Amino acid sequence: MGYIAVRGGEEAITNAETLLHYYRTRGKSASLSTDQIREQLPLALDRVMGEGALYAPELAALAFKQAAGDTLEAAFLLRAHRSSVSRIGASEVVDTGKMRVRRRISAAFKNIPGGQVLGATADYTHHLIRFELLTNEAEARERTVRAFEDLARDGESVPDTFPKVVDMLRAEGLLSQKKPGDARPYDITLRPLEFPAPRSARLQVLARAETGGMLALAYANMRGYGHVHPVIGELRVGEVPLYFKGSRGNGPDLLGWVRVTECEVVTQMEKAEANSSARFTLGYGLCFGHNETKAISMAVLDRALMDEEVKSPTQDQEFVLLHTDGIEASGFCLHYKLPHYVTFQADREQIRTVRAAAKEEETVEG
Amino acid sequence: MKADSPRSLLDPNADCRRHAFAYLDESAKREIRRQTLKAVAIPGHQVPFAGREIPIARGWGTGGLQLTMSLIGPKDVLKVIDQGCDGSVNAVNLRRLATMTTGCRTVSRTCEATLIQTRHTVPETPLAAGQILIFQVPYPEILRLVEPSETVTRRMHAEADYHRMWTFLYENVVQWGGITIGFRYPVKVHGRYLMDPSPIPRWDIPKLDRSPALMLFGAGREKRIYALPPFTRVEPLAFTDLPFEVEQQFGARCARCGASDAFLDEIPVEEAGKTCWACSDTDYCDQRLADKRGDNGA
Amino acid sequence: MALNGQFPLLRVRNLSKHYGPFCAACAGPARRERETNVCPECGGTAACMDVNFELFPGEVLGVVGESGSGKSTLLRCLNFDQPPSAGEVFYSGADNGHTNLFTLSAQRKRAVRSSLLGIVYQSPHLGLNLDLSAGANVAERLLIQEGAPEYARVRGRTFSLLGKVRMPESRVDELSRTFSGGMQQRVQLAKALAPKPKLLLLDEPTSGLDVSVQASVLDLIASLQRETGVSMLVVSHDLGVVRLLTHRTLVMKTGRVVEQGLTDQVLEDPQHPYTQQLVASIL
Repeated sequence: MGYIAVRGGEEAITNAETLLHYYRTRGKSASLSTDQIREQLPLALDRVMGEGALYAPELAALAFKQAAGDTLEAAFLLRAHRSSVSRIGASEVVDTGKMRVRRRISAAFKNIPGGQVLGATADYTHHLIRFELLTNEAEARERTVRAFEDLARDGESVPDTFPKVVDMLRAEGLLSQKKPGDARPYDITLRPLEFPAPRSARLQVLARAETGGMLALAYANMRGYGHVHPVIGELRVGEVPLYFKGSRGNGPDLLGWVRVTECEVVTQMEKAEANSSARFTLGYGLCFGHNETKAISMAVLDRALMDEEVKSPTQDQEFVLLHTDGIEASGFCLHYKLPHYVTFQADREQIRTVRAAAKEEETVEG
Repeated sequence: MKADSPRSLLDPNADCRRHAFAYLDESAKREIRRQTLKAVAIPGHQVPFAGREIPIARGWGTGGLQLTMSLIGPKDVLKVIDQGCDGSVNAVNLRRLATMTTGCRTVSRTCEATLIQTRHTVPETPLAAGQILIFQVPYPEILRLVEPSETVTRRMHAEADYHRMWTFLYENVVQWGGITIGFRYPVKVHGRYLMDPSPIPRWDIPKLDRSPALMLFGAGREKRIYALPPFTRVEPLAFTDLPFEVEQQFGARCARCGASDAFLDEIPVEEAGKTCWACSDTDYCDQRLADKRGDNGA
Repeated sequence: MALNGQFPLLRVRNLSKHYGPFCAACAGPARRERETNVCPECGGTAACMDVNFELFPGEVLGVVGESGSGKSTLLRCLNFDQPPSAGEVFYSGADNGHTNLFTLSAQRKRAVRSSLLGIVYQSPHLGLNLDLSAGANVAERLLIQEGAPEYARVRGRTFSLLGKVRMPESRVDELSRTFSGGMQQRVQLAKALAPKPKLLLLDEPTSGLDVSVQASVLDLIASLQRETGVSMLVVSHDLGVVRLLTHRTLVMKTGRVVEQGLTDQVLEDPQHPYTQQLVASIL
C-alpha cells in the first residue's frame, strides 16, 4: 500500500473543538450561569484569578465554565485575555491594614488585639459529605439564610478593620524594621526575570504561581528539605481598597475593592548583626481571592528563598521561581503531545548507527 | 475616565473584546523588535525579553509566534510548518490565529513566503535573501545539557567557557564511538557563541551555515530571543578527527516522490514490521511530484 | 631576589583573609602572637594574616601547621577559589611577574589557573566530578582551550597522564565515584598535571587515606616532581609528609607564618617555640 500524505488537519481541529463543547452542553441539566458559578463556587474562581493573575470575577466565571472546570485552562484563558487589554497604569500601594476583614487569625498568640476572628471557614467542621445538600434545595437554602440572619441580628457587631499583629512584634523590636525596599517593584510582566531576582520580583512570581506546585515545594521545605518552621503571625482574608491616581489631580480615586488573602509568618532568628540583637524574620504571602493554602505556602517559600546557603532545591531561586508558574509548566508538560516524530527519527538514526558500528566490530573481531 | 456606571466585561462592545493587529499591542511588539535587533547584532547570543501570554499555550510555539506577530505586516506572506508539514494540527492552529488577527495571505510554497514559522525542521528548498525563518524553540540554552543553573550558564557564555560541553562530547565518543546527539546539535556561531539550533535534526544543520535568509529563534516560555543574521558562519561542534555527519538514511527514498536528498520520516505501514519513507517537508515533496508530472512546466 | 640565578616563580606579599567584622585591633602588632584566630575586640576571624614568601622553579615548599593555622586558606586564595581580603600574588609566567593576579577579572584568573596551576584537594569531591569517568575528569582540563580539539590526541594524552599515575588502562573509563580514595587522589594528580602547569598546589593530599596507601601516593608525587620539575606547594599537618617531599617549609600558627627555612633545618633545629612543640610531638 502506497504512502498517503496526512491531510485534513484543519477539519479535525474544528471537529475536536465542537466535540469538546458538545460534551459540556449535551446533558439535560440546566445550563450554569456565570452568576451561579460566582455565588456558589467562589473558591474555584479565586484560585483561577490568583493563577491567571487577573482580578475579574465575571470573566473568571465565564472562563471556568468554558473550561468545564479545568482551573489551569481557565487561568490560562484569563492570562491570555489580559495580554489583549491595554494597561492604564499602576495603583497606589495597597495598605492591607485597611482591609475590610472577613477572617483574621494568629497562631503566634492565644489572643490578639481585636480578637481571633474565625470568619467563614471549614477548618473546625468535620469534613463529612453533607448529603442533605441533595434534597429540597430551595427550602434548605432559605433555612440556611434565615438561620444566619437570626444569628447576625442578635450578635455583636465586629469592626471592619483590625491592627496588624506584626506591628506589635515590630514595636517590641523583635522583627527587623521595614527596609525602604525598591522604589518601584520589578514588574515581571514587563521585564524578563533574571537571577539573582530581587525580592519584589520573587513575590510577584509567587503571587501568581500555581497553588499545587507551591504547596509541594513549601511542604518539602517544612518537612526537612529546608528548615522554615512557619509560625503564622497573622492570616487575614478580606477586601482591600484600590486607589489610582488619575489625571484629574484631585488625589487618588477609589477604583474598588479586591479580595485578597494575606499571610505573614514569623520564622527562625536571623544572626545578630553588629550593633543589634537577634531578630525574627518575616515571610510574606499575598494572593487574589480567598486561598489560604497558597498564601501560607507563598510566605514559607518567600522565607526559604532568603537563605543564603542553598542546601535544598526549595531554597534555590531558579528552582522555585522557574517551575511554579502553572501556565508555563502545564503548557510545556502538555506540549509533549505535539508531534515529535522528526526528533524521534533523528534519534532512531543514531541508535542504528551505533548498532551498525558495534556489529561491524563484532564481525571484524569474530 | 467616564462617569457612567461601569460596563460589564461581558459586554460585547467592551474595549477588551477588540484585538490589535497581530494580537499583540504595540508596546509588546516594540519590545520584541528591540530585543530582536539586539539579537541580530550579537549572533547566537540569547537576549531576554518579557514574553506576553497569547491564546496559544506555553510550550506550543509562543516564542516563534510572538516573533512572527511582531514582524508581520499586511503585505507579508506567511508559511507555518510543524515537523516540515503545513497540514500538521499545530501548524494549522497557529496559522488560524495569524490569519484571524492579520488577514495576511498564507501559503505552503516555501519560495513564495516572506515569513516562515517552523517547528523542528528547516525547509528543504533553499531560502533566499529577504526571507525570514522563525524557529519555535523549547530550550534556548544548549548548555542545559551539562548545567541546570541559568546563573552558571550565563557566565559560561560570557566567558566563552565551553569546556564542559566538549567534555560531554568526549564522553559521548568514549561511550558510543561517536557523538550520538541526534537533534539540538550544538553549533558555534560566528566563532563566538555556542548556540542551540532548536530540535532540528543533524540533516538541517548545514542549512544554517551562511544562509542568505535571516534566521530568528524565539523561546516563549523561557523568554529568550536569538538570531543568525544572513551569511553567518555556523559550525557544528566536532573534534577535528571526527567530522560532523548528517543522517545517512540508509539509502531510503520517499515513497511518494522518490527523493533521497531530503529528510525522510519513517512511517509504519499496514503490513506488520514494514515501514515506508516519506519526505518530512511536504511542500518539497509536492513540488517534486508536480515537477515529475510536468505540472511546473519543468 | 634570585636563587641560583633564577627568579622566583611565585611571589606572595601580605596575603590576608579574614571573615566577619574587621577592626584595627585585628591587624595590629598586638595580634602578632595570638592563641586564637578570633579577635577579642570585634569577634572577627583572621584565617591568615600577612603571609609573605617566594617560590622558585622546581622547588617544593611545605606549609605546615595544625587546624586553624590558615594553611588551607592560603592555598585556596592562591588557586583563586576565594578572594583574599588583602595581599598580592605575582607569577613569573604571567606578565613577567609585574601584575598582581588578584586584580585580574574572573575570566583572566580562570585562564591563569587553567594554564599555570594544578591543584589536588584533600577531598576528591572538591577536585573531581565524581559523576564523570576518570578519563573525562582529566580530559575536562585538556579541553579548556581555544579552537576545536582532536579527539585522538585528547584521548591519548588522557591515557598517558593516567598511566603516569599508575592507573590501569582498563579502569580509565570507569566512574570516578567507584574508585578507592587512593585512586581518586591519583586521578586528581593526573588532572592537575594535564595542562603541564608550572605550579602544583597540594592540600593535605594524603590525609584521610590508609597509611599503606599514603606511602604509595607520596612516592608517586615525589617521582612526578623529579620527572617534570614542577614547583609544588604542599600543605600538610603531617611533618613526615613535609620531610619527604619539600625543600623549604613555612610553619603557620593561628593565621601567621611563625618560622620558615630549609625543611631539614626547621625540623632538626626549630627556632620558634611552636615549631619546637610540633617537632617534639612527632612520634
